[in-house]
Amino acid sequence: MNRFRFQRSQLCIPYGLFLVCFVLAPLVVIIYYAFTNGEGQLTFENLIGFFSSPNTIGTLFYSLGIAVSTTCTCLMLAYPIAYILARSKMKHKAVILMIFVMPMWINFTLRITALKEILTVVEGNLAYHPFLNTLIGMTYDFLPFMILPIYTTLLKLDNSLLEAAADLGADTIQTFLKVTLPLSVPGIISGIVMVFLPSMTNYVVLDMLYNSTYIMGSLIGAYFSAYDWHNGSMIALILLVIILVFTFFTNRYTDEEASSSRGGVLG
Amino acid sequence: MKHFFSRAFLVLMILALYLPIFVLAVYSFTDSANIGAIHGFSLKNYETLFTKPDLRAMIAGTLILAVGSAFISTVLGTLGAVGVFYSGKFGNAVVGSLNQVPVVNAEVVTAFSLCILLIGVCGVDKSSFVSLLIGHVVLEAPFVYLSVVPKLKQMDNSLYEAALDLGASPAVALRRVVFPQIFPGIVSGFALAVTLSLDDYFITSYTKPATFDTISTYVVNATRGSQTEIKTALWALSTIIFVVVVLMVMIMNATENKGDKNGKRTGVGNGKE
Repeated sequence: MNRFRFQRSQLCIPYGLFLVCFVLAPLVVIIYYAFTNGEGQLTFENLIGFFSSPNTIGTLFYSLGIAVSTTCTCLMLAYPIAYILARSKMKHKAVILMIFVMPMWINFTLRITALKEILTVVEGNLAYHPFLNTLIGMTYDFLPFMILPIYTTLLKLDNSLLEAAADLGADTIQTFLKVTLPLSVPGIISGIVMVFLPSMTNYVVLDMLYNSTYIMGSLIGAYFSAYDWHNGSMIALILLVIILVFTFFTNRYTDEEASSSRGGVLG
Repeated sequence: MKHFFSRAFLVLMILALYLPIFVLAVYSFTDSANIGAIHGFSLKNYETLFTKPDLRAMIAGTLILAVGSAFISTVLGTLGAVGVFYSGKFGNAVVGSLNQVPVVNAEVVTAFSLCILLIGVCGVDKSSFVSLLIGHVVLEAPFVYLSVVPKLKQMDNSLYEAALDLGASPAVALRRVVFPQIFPGIVSGFALAVTLSLDDYFITSYTKPATFDTISTYVVNATRGSQTEIKTALWALSTIIFVVVVLMVMIMNATENKGDKNGKRTGVGNGKE
């Protein structure tokens, strides 16, 4: 008698173990490091240190400022693009969407290099407008992530709803505000999720555009280079909490299909 | 009029997106070290790119890492997705939610926490490439998983049952019935994994051996330095990558259209018909 019976569900064991070892365990480790000091004693010093130092609090607000302005800029540019593409009867709209998404597949450091050269020609010296340059850089980098989910949601929009609105006497603007916009909220939220967090943490964009102000990501980088794992873990933990709160509030609005569309049109 | 404005807006946005890449492409064929100055035609940058040993090593390293890690991620992620699809609520909840962590997490947090675990706690030697490879798989496998899951949900489950009824063992039925049906998801997952690896900076820079560079880490280091020869050689690299991406997209579009014609004869949205 062969006692071992192959079951299809057993196929997920390797991946399950991998996730436990390299996704769950690192989280446990940073929680441990965040609440201990060099001697391994339990301490809240790292937490108190973060919230009592004007430097780190300033960094938190500066990152939030960058993230909010990048997200808003991306949204204001991406929504019309996605709307025009999804609602138009253009023959080649899939190709045009592809054109908007294609930069995503060029290494972002090379794209930021290209942008930097252009900005240098326009501004002369990048040091004069660090915030603006960062905003432009982040928007340039993350715009496709905002276009894709909004486009996906708008494409699924039921045309008969728009016709019904028109039949009931709504004009174009009313239809947009009362029908199209509310129904595209899942796509908007997915886009925000994909842009907000990277723009709080992607400090390479700042580095490459000569903005020497720190964002939350740069703090992790600095602590990491200084081998200060306890404070570094605390920053990572604070970011994790922000993510957790963010996903908690956005989860019920997001559209599963739109939010997993990082590779978008590849699927 | 409305059409005119909306089209003008699209064109303007496309121009803004591509202007930096195009300008760099034009200047990559000159011997100029700065944008703006007019210079003669030259292939110097392309020559440097393909002859300088550290540039060549960096490009080869990036590609090998991308394909290798994408392959491992594809195997792990696909097996995970298939297994979870057939397992109960518990497996689904555990793997499904852990899978979501690297997807929503900031890359730098993933990189930092993984690095502390591997190097700090487990004492893995960075120069062994183990941490780099694990890091890239952590980044990519969840996305492979996410691109296979929808294909499993669309699958016709009665075919698998029929195969068993006709005498196939579960393993054979999986290979010959389930696998072909989810294959498109596996391919797009693999492609996505490659692009994620190519684009990554944070995981690479936190887990790589000191002497190894990928395109991202190399470019970031180069912008800190002041060697114009390397700076302009990278313009050539960005131009080549751009051309490759355009070609890939065109090939993908062409094969997709062909598939449409053979598969379903509706031809809707194909444009050419």
